[in-house]
Order: sequence, then C-alpha cells, then structure tokens
Amino acid sequence: MASAGARRFLPTFVGLSSIVLILAAVEILIRGGLINRFIVPLPSDVAKSFGRVIVEEDIFHRFLLTGWECLAAGVLLTVFGVAIGVLLHQVPLFRRACETWVAAMASAPLVLAYPLFLVLFGRSALTIIMLAFIAGLAPVILKTIEGLSTTRRVLLNVGRSFKLTPAQQFWKIYFPSALPTIFVGIRLGLIFALINVVGVEFLINFGGLGHLINELAERYDLAGTYAAICFVVLVSVVFFMATERAERWLTSAA
Amino acid sequence: MADIGRLTRARGAAPWLTPVTLVRAVIVLSVLVIWQLMAVSGWFYGDVVPSLRIVTVALVNLLSGGDFYWNLWATLQEVVVGLAIGGLSGIVAGLVVGANKFLAKAFEPYLYYLGPTPKIIFFPIMIMWFGTGYGSKIAMGAVSCFFPIALNVAAGMRQIDQVLIRVGQSFRANPWQMALKIYLPAMRHPIINGLRLGLGVALIGTLLAETKISNRGIGFMVIDAYTKFDMPRMYAILIVLFVLAIGANALVARLGGLDDIKQK
Repeated sequence: MASAGARRFLPTFVGLSSIVLILAAVEILIRGGLINRFIVPLPSDVAKSFGRVIVEEDIFHRFLLTGWECLAAGVLLTVFGVAIGVLLHQVPLFRRACETWVAAMASAPLVLAYPLFLVLFGRSALTIIMLAFIAGLAPVILKTIEGLSTTRRVLLNVGRSFKLTPAQQFWKIYFPSALPTIFVGIRLGLIFALINVVGVEFLINFGGLGHLINELAERYDLAGTYAAICFVVLVSVVFFMATERAERWLTSAA
Repeated sequence: MADIGRLTRARGAAPWLTPVTLVRAVIVLSVLVIWQLMAVSGWFYGDVVPSLRIVTVALVNLLSGGDFYWNLWATLQEVVVGLAIGGLSGIVAGLVVGANKFLAKAFEPYLYYLGPTPKIIFFPIMIMWFGTGYGSKIAMGAVSCFFPIALNVAAGMRQIDQVLIRVGQSFRANPWQMALKIYLPAMRHPIINGLRLGLGVALIGTLLAETKISNRGIGFMVIDAYTKFDMPRMYAILIVLFVLAIGANALVARLGGLDDIKQK
C-alpha cells in the first residue's frame, strides 16, 4: 500500500527534485565564477528578494490592478463574444461569410497594434483592456458557434414537440446545451486576455505586474526582476489551473 | 456525350457571385465607407483616422520602398532561426516526454502550465543573456514556440497506432530508427500543427521584442511610425503584417495537409 502510494508520487518528486537540482547547479556555477552573477543572479538571492518585492513594490495593489484589467476584458469578451457567436449561429449566411474571418483573426498578431491603441485610448488601462478584449474575442465567438451548432437533435425535437417559441427554444435548449463549450471559449479568451494584459503592461510601462517587471529591469535589480517574473508565472499558472478546474466542474455538471 | 459535357460544366463552374461572396463584399464595403465617413466627418483627428486615399498612398509607398523589404527580411531571419531552435528542441522534448509515461508524469505538467504564460515578460532576461541585437529576438521566438510544439508532439506521440510501434519493435529497430522510421512519419500532422501554432507565437514574440528594443525589423517599423506619429504608415504596416501572418498560417496548414483532416 505504502509502495503504491510512493510509486504514485514518484514522478512528481522526480520533477520537483530535478528543478531543485538545476537551481542548485546554477547556484554552484555562479559561486564558482563559471556564470557571470551580473547576468544571472544567485537563485538564493532571487528567493530572498521575493519578500522585498512583495513589500516594497506594493505587489498586492499591482496584482489587483492586473486582475481588474483582466476582469474588465473578460466581461467585455464574454458579453460581445457570446453575442456575436449567437448572432452568427442564428444567421447562417453571416456565419458562412464571417467564420473564416474570425478564425483568421485568431492567427493575426493583434497585440502588435498596441501603438495604434496608445494613440486611440492614450497610455491608460483602457488601452490594455481593449487590446486584451480584442485578442481574446475570436475563441469565444468560435466556441459559441461550435457549442450552439452541436446541440443534440433529440433535444431540439423535444423542444419542437412542446411547441416552444424560438426564444424559449434558445434559452431552454440551445443555450444550456452549449454552455460547457461556450465556457471553454471564455476560458481560452481569458487566458489570451491575461497574456495580453501582462504583455502590454510590460511594453507600455503602465499598470500592474507587467509594469513591475519592466521597472525592476530598468533599475537593473536583477534578483528583483527574476523574482517578479517568477511571481507573474506563478499567478498565470494559478489562474490557468483555476479556470481549468471551473471548466471541468461545469462539464461534469452539464 | 453532350449530356456528360453539360454535367461537367454544371459541377465545375461554380458561380463566382454566391450569396456568401455578396455578404462579404457588402461588409468590406460598409467598413470602408464608415471609415471614410469618419475621416471626413471632422469628429476625429485627421492624423488618427486618415482618409482611405492617404492610407492607400502609404500602403503603396510602403510596398514600393526597399526599406520595408529590408526590415521584413530581418524579422523573417529572426523568426525562422527562432522557430528552428525552439521547434527542434520542442520536438525532441515532446518525443522524450511522449515516449515515456514516467517522464510525462514528471515533466509534462510544467510544459502544460508554463505554456500559456506571457512569454514577453522573459524579454529582460533575454536582453541580459543575448544582448539587444538579433540574439534576444531569436531567443524570444524560440522560447515562445517551444511550448506549443513540445505539447503537440507529446500528445501526438501518445496517439500513434500501437501496431506501428510493435512492427518497429519486431524488426528490432533501435531508438534512433524508431524515431526516424516510426514516430516522426506517424506524427506528421501533430508536428505540423505544433509548428503552425509555434510559428504564430514565435512571430508575436519576435515582433513584440522588436517594438521594445531594436533598430530593425517590422516591429521596429511599427514603433518608429508611432514615435514619429506617422499614422497612415502605421496602418499600412499593420495591414500588410496581418495579411502576411494570416497567409503564412494558412500556408503551413495547407502544406501540412491540416485542411484535409478538417474536411474529413
């Protein structure tokens, strides 16, 4: 029993140990002078600077700012993305005309238009929110269309046999059936939004966590820069895991 | 004979003006008309919303000058080298992780969860490691495309038909032969799909890095137009860039036969 449990956690242990070993090797190589400590800081210094970055750089406030920008972009892309998806599903001609355009939009490097957004909205949170909104829109639209199109025929027939009006058919049959797929789209959109929010904050030197990394790098605070990057990676991973768990819960509940 | 000819004509000659084409044309025309009305209305600054004629002139000037192609070449070099480095290491990592369940459990969660993090935040580190020139842009491209390629290859590796693997084993193929003769040919589509996704993110990573610190490349041209407040030129660069990016994505999908899979 104990050996089965040990076997179960062995891969996780090996994965974690490998990371610790790599960090220890880097520490030794830097202390031995084989890696320049003015380019790569000591991992122990990075670990120590976490506390300093959290307290002195007001990371909680920055975290809230980035979170608020993500939330605003998330609300916008949910409202408009789902609405556009429903519209395209309801009007098949529009869908056939526009679906490939929406898919093409997903592959375009929209974030590169950030200088244009700076001109339109100024160096403000609105620029960040609008860019994140536009970057995350395509997956929400595409997944909404997919969810509504794959509604089971038997459910639609049940609705028809009850003589539901088109509005009732949508709210009682289509929408609940498509909800898990729509949520997959919203989740993808939120991930794109987070990537773009942090990225644009970094590029325009404004806002929350992305701005912090740029500021620390410009101050040449090496350990602080690495610590801030680790913090942002951690936030992204937690965000990704939380949305994944919510998606699993919604899929199992549906 | 005449009947066959009629049938062939009926099937082969699809009408070019379908309702879908008509709707698309109406949408494009509406956007252009709204833009022109906004430009001439006086409600917006002329520099921010220039007329269609000014944008067209900027587009022609951009495409007829050598400056654009020189910068495009610089970006292409960075993206291709970044994709080659990130792609090769992604394929190797994907093969290793995908072939071994233990290694997959130990290391794949890191690939999976680090994949969707914003890669541009690593740019300060890239500048410190590789300088402000080509090196840091190539590194950004490589880091950006590594994760989607590695994850796609690992997933594709697990979907290989077990019969093919057993055939390789029955011929006593060594690991190198297994990789070249069984795994890689069987995983053409996941690899191409990974490269398609990788190309997109490598392009974004490289271009964003160019907008931050660079004196060459399309990203530099965009930020240069912004600092000079040359809006028509910025619109022209963005239009060309989006067309090129969408075209490259479609081309990779078509060359890799991904369109055929979707149709099946």
